[in-house]
Amino acid sequence: MEFNPKIMAFLCKWCSYTGADLAGTSRMEYKPNVHAIRVMCSGRIEPTFVLKAFRQGADGVLICGCHPGDCHYQEGNYKCLRRFHLLKRYVKQMGIEPERIKLEWISASEGKQYAELINSFTQTITELGPCHIKETMEVLT
Amino acid sequence: MAEEKQKIKMAVYWGAACGGCCVSVLDVHEALFDVIAAADLVFWPIALDTKYQDVEDMPDGFIDLTLYNGAVRNSENEHIAKLLRQKSKILVAYGSCSHMGGIPGLANFSTKEEIFDRVYHDTESTVNTDRILPQTEFEVEEGILSLPEFYNDVRTLADVVDVDYFMPGCPPQTARLVEVFTAIVTGAELPPPGSVIGAGNKAQCDECSRKKTENKGVKKFNRPWEVVDDGETCFLEQGILCMGPATRTGCDFRCIQGNAPCKGCYGPTPDSTDPGAKMMSAIASVIDEKEPEAIDKVLDDLVDPAGYFYRYSLPSSYIRRKMS
Repeated sequence: MEFNPKIMAFLCKWCSYTGADLAGTSRMEYKPNVHAIRVMCSGRIEPTFVLKAFRQGADGVLICGCHPGDCHYQEGNYKCLRRFHLLKRYVKQMGIEPERIKLEWISASEGKQYAELINSFTQTITELGPCHIKETMEVLT
Repeated sequence: MAEEKQKIKMAVYWGAACGGCCVSVLDVHEALFDVIAAADLVFWPIALDTKYQDVEDMPDGFIDLTLYNGAVRNSENEHIAKLLRQKSKILVAYGSCSHMGGIPGLANFSTKEEIFDRVYHDTESTVNTDRILPQTEFEVEEGILSLPEFYNDVRTLADVVDVDYFMPGCPPQTARLVEVFTAIVTGAELPPPGSVIGAGNKAQCDECSRKKTENKGVKKFNRPWEVVDDGETCFLEQGILCMGPATRTGCDFRCIQGNAPCKGCYGPTPDSTDPGAKMMSAIASVIDEKEPEAIDKVLDDLVDPAGYFYRYSLPSSYIRRKMS
């Protein structure tokens, strides 16, 4: 059976979710693999959310926020950027491909870019194959 | 001897542990006489010569209070954990190892095979040309000798049996033990099962005596020896990693008082499930850089993020072992 990845996307309310909304209202077609969750700011996205998503069976996690300098709360997206860089190092150490986590800036007007991002990220994850985190949660004795 | 009858029965056991938790029980010093006056120690391998068979012969629920310290690393740890669960009214996961996996839990970065290769073949002082490895059973003239099976994964006590209470710490503060012990002996009302006891509900930083400013900004992380600590300023503000933001209180700041940063042995605050992830969140927030390259350069100072952030909690975290 063809592998259909599950992807979690955390989108900031002010830019990225609105951008995704624009992609929808503009009737752009893009891959249906992404489950979007709206958060108030990309700075709200804690590493815990990402790890929990993987633990519960996500194959990839996408994080989107406002472009640097455009954050509705001034600094939130920079916090997100730093966490993302640290988180990538951590997951790499745990034997998970860091490419499974992606951070992109999507503004409210970038519906097209959002649709393209979803397509390319879905492609990346499809090529990587299923994430096996869930299986390794079973205890090996 | 009516008084005698009111004594509670208590057991202390070590799984995959260093022995420090058992010593922390002994650290009650002369109050040990009060402990003995209030409790019969029916099983305590570090101090008493009780055999496993003696425990097996006890009726179910015979022991009032069991402090199980140490992680579950092999079949012996698991067997005794299950046995003690059956024989105890209150089972306490005592110390970081049984609470979250602790230092032995760091073995989840390796597989059983890698550990055996290192220990029985590759260590510089080992000559093992026949590649002999421990067997769980071995036949000799007198019969079959057996050894516990070494598991691939280190687990917490709660992964194996139902645990009534968790007492964090590496080792738990003896003062906290005395408080908990007194509460149980005097029949005080206990918190609901599954609670963390003998610890505070706040983060270390909330009650830390070191001076903090609002504007934390770190451009370089230092090893403690790279900085001349002034003894007053927040460690994080001096660029020294400190687990304070993501760690519970209850330890009476033993490390901080000794001018050492917090290592995180008391585990996550009540609102967090994964202490390492919480810490990553906090650390990333204090980095005072905005460009990806500059951020990466600061992060290069953290040589072992997973090992540092999950020093005591790897087996209880979301990604509880390295994927092979």
